[in-house]
Amino acid sequence: MREQTKPEEREGGLMKSLGGPMQRRTFFRYAGATAAATTLLLTTSCDEDDEVTPPMNDKAVDLGSGDIGILNYAYALEQLEAAFYTAVVAESASALSADEMMVMQDLMAHEVAHREFFKAALGNKAIPDLEVDFSSINFKDKNSVLQTAKTFEDLGVAAYNGAGKLFTDTGAGLTYLLMGGKIVSVEARHAAAIHDLISENARAYGAEMVDANGLDRAMSPTEVLGAAGAFIATEINFSNLPK
Amino acid sequence: MNIFRIIQEIEKVDGEVYDRFASRRQAFSSLGSFGKKVALAAVPIAMGTMFKKAYGQSTSGIADVLNYALTLEYLEADFYMQGLAASGAIASENMAFFEDVRDHEVAHVAFLKTAITSLGATPVDKPTFDFSAGGAFPDWNSNPATYLALSQAFEDTGVRAYKGQAANLVASNEVLTAALQIHAVEARHAAIVRRIRGLKGWITNDERGAGMPAPTQAIYDGEAETMQAGVDVPAVSGVAAASVTEAFDEPLPMETVLNVASLFIA
Repeated sequence: MREQTKPEEREGGLMKSLGGPMQRRTFFRYAGATAAATTLLLTTSCDEDDEVTPPMNDKAVDLGSGDIGILNYAYALEQLEAAFYTAVVAESASALSADEMMVMQDLMAHEVAHREFFKAALGNKAIPDLEVDFSSINFKDKNSVLQTAKTFEDLGVAAYNGAGKLFTDTGAGLTYLLMGGKIVSVEARHAAAIHDLISENARAYGAEMVDANGLDRAMSPTEVLGAAGAFIATEINFSNLPK
Repeated sequence: MNIFRIIQEIEKVDGEVYDRFASRRQAFSSLGSFGKKVALAAVPIAMGTMFKKAYGQSTSGIADVLNYALTLEYLEADFYMQGLAASGAIASENMAFFEDVRDHEVAHVAFLKTAITSLGATPVDKPTFDFSAGGAFPDWNSNPATYLALSQAFEDTGVRAYKGQAANLVASNEVLTAALQIHAVEARHAAIVRRIRGLKGWITNDERGAGMPAPTQAIYDGEAETMQAGVDVPAVSGVAAASVTEAFDEPLPMETVLNVASLFIA
């Protein structure tokens, strides 16, 4: 069920351009890199100008526009997280302690619930199943598993924080906004637990994710998909999302 | 006298007071008409003023929500400042974590006050808190177990309190995003406090968890929801219902949040 695709086999350099580990680290470490990364994305293949069609291969998945687009964006991220924890539970027993595996089993259940919720809510507007690329993850290595989980959970928090304002429909959109609120705090609980597993004695919760105003990170879909792209083999067209 | 008892007093003269909370603007704008009865019940005017300032007189729904949030953040900030100042409230291995939590809550207070002022409204004053809740938790600042339980109660409440207000903030993208960002930090705190207490970081069904005093159950009621936006999530996902309840945090009605908070206002 998991497609292992080498980065060089992927078409469309959009995601690949930000996919390397170095770029991701830079991305998270420096606020300024966000703007740089965005610029890179835009100049590579995703001009915000609607007149310009990004070069997409014929397998590119279009998230769509408006509230449906945002829901598909969330659905895409939940697909990624659910696939990751499903693989962890299936493959990483030898690398993790019993306590760590219990957390992973919970996270798998939660993310599958999120994924299937969005799929059902979207109905025939749902994007197809995405192919993931976990070739950079060593599922037999505890550090690789936990660091990837940390990346996904912190990114999930930032994604929902940044997406809330993009819902436009004041009717159904408010329901979706509330749904995002119901999910983002669970992603934050996950993120804290993963940080805690990585650094148990410090009772770590992800200090580096919280700024001087006591605010967790918020990221735009462009930023999030740039960072998550290394793990998604399917090319995604998100140019029609609200901005 | 705490606000909870004030509400009970008001209930004696207005049996529909809880219904009125459904429309807080209406409820508190009509506080004036309670005036004489409230005076008869010997309710301190200052408390009514604070309440009214918090929820009744703002011209902006956003400022209302921010003042509501500010009251909760005052409570949390004060709780961590006092806990860290007391000897014996916090185990040494958890000091660094709670210092960070304090810093976040103090930052939230400052952030919300700035936001309220920038909207042209007036931040509510900080109430005087009594974390013993009138003697119900006499060892709150000397027994780490009690302190942790109260911390869990406040953080889990904070997570749920913000959620119900999102729809009232859609008029301002900036405020909505900031509220989501604050609320995610509360959730990180909640998860760690729960893990320190030996619980899961997430809420299963509507269970308050081992060692939580019965009065905190109101914080967890309603958390067992498995239907989300019309979707029967266990049915479509095959995920066990208990796990589905963990996967979605539910909003908490404002009246419940106020009732919880009021237990700790002197």
